[in-house]
Amino acid sequence: MTIKLTINREESAIEAPPMKRLLDVLREDLHLTGTKEGCGEGECGACAVIVNGELVNSCLVPVLQAEGARITTIEGLAGEQRLHPIQQCFLEEGGAQCGICTPGMILAAHHLLQKNPRPTFVQIQEGLAGNLCRCTGYTRIFKAVQQAANLTPVP
Amino acid sequence: MRSNAAQYDLIAPGSLDAVLEVLASSTERYTPIAGGTELMVAFGAGHLQPRKLISLWGLEELRFIDVTSDAVVIGASSTFTDIRRDAVIVNEFPLLARAASWTGSIANQNRATIGGNIVNASPAADSPPALLVYNAAVTLVSARGERTMPYREFHLSYKKTALAPDELLYSITLLRNVGGYKQYIRKVGTRNAQAISKTALAAVARVNKNIIEDIRIAAASLREVPTRLPAAEQALLNKPVSTETIAQARAALIAEAKPIDDIRSTASYRANVAANLLEEFLRTL
Repeated sequence: MTIKLTINREESAIEAPPMKRLLDVLREDLHLTGTKEGCGEGECGACAVIVNGELVNSCLVPVLQAEGARITTIEGLAGEQRLHPIQQCFLEEGGAQCGICTPGMILAAHHLLQKNPRPTFVQIQEGLAGNLCRCTGYTRIFKAVQQAANLTPVP
Repeated sequence: MRSNAAQYDLIAPGSLDAVLEVLASSTERYTPIAGGTELMVAFGAGHLQPRKLISLWGLEELRFIDVTSDAVVIGASSTFTDIRRDAVIVNEFPLLARAASWTGSIANQNRATIGGNIVNASPAADSPPALLVYNAAVTLVSARGERTMPYREFHLSYKKTALAPDELLYSITLLRNVGGYKQYIRKVGTRNAQAISKTALAAVARVNKNIIEDIRIAAASLREVPTRLPAAEQALLNKPVSTETIAQARAALIAEAKPIDDIRSTASYRANVAANLLEEFLRTL
């Protein structure tokens, strides 16, 4: 069936079975391979994207349930030729090593800072608790998010 | 092996009435799917049995939290994020807000619904012990009409509920009458975050001049369904809070618990830790 999505501000219409995972539609149909598959069961957050303003794990979303949704993936976060401030802070603070968890971490951080521009350290920990990292270590990631929070204007 | 999406059908009729009509009239059995945080895990792992699913996600008729002067009515498709954000629930039903905060990560709480948590009927689920001690009522809906029952009667046996094949869970009602009660909930799992519980215990009690006038206790993973603990409650009702009554309540809880050994814990650990949790609560009264 045909399913319409708005991905990173661009409208797309894709042909897919309704139960196809949003993760697979992003990676296979739209070639947006920044969204990663880690566990495939909603535990690790590597596939996290933002759907209608809310962080979700795209491995657990049948694409039919995203019909008409506005979706932001890691590819949609940066401006033209310029990293998003959260990406810049991950780069400067060494918040990324192998990179598998990084897109989900950055989108979870983005979601957190949108809801709460000045999170405490504990709130950063809770905001990222659904994103597992197996190599960088969380200390640098938390530091990168703190740094990004300092750069985020309070609305 | 991952499931092949092409072998599954998912429909989204777009309104509650249309969904109920399909459930009532279709010769084929459709399995409801809301936020997908349970069924899509089985799908991803290649063992989702139902081949025909019907989406409840996005049905506004099921996603609401209505507050009146004497009750809070929670639509079954309210997410755990919706529940955590509701000021009346946070202030008056903190055990439910706490349980919501334990249920997976933020990304999962943004999709997982309280109705799904109840209907999935896991004995280890996070929200049922809180709902049980609040004496929640559940309203079921079908094309035939509505019926309301105490939540306590909803779980019949392991993974079996009172829902008829054409019925959906519509809402959960909590009466705003726990103002004078002391409240407690604690989950014991492998880690603080994102771990399914080994056991969990919720309780509310009203104490007057050191006498327990009313007490309700419920637990996860102590029986084949989320359960109240009536023997432990009886051991405490109209008794003073004392070392002796605490010992009697512990013994009653351990006697009425029927936990199992599984990958997450052992029966003996579950019963003894649940008794410890109850004692922890009683010592605050």
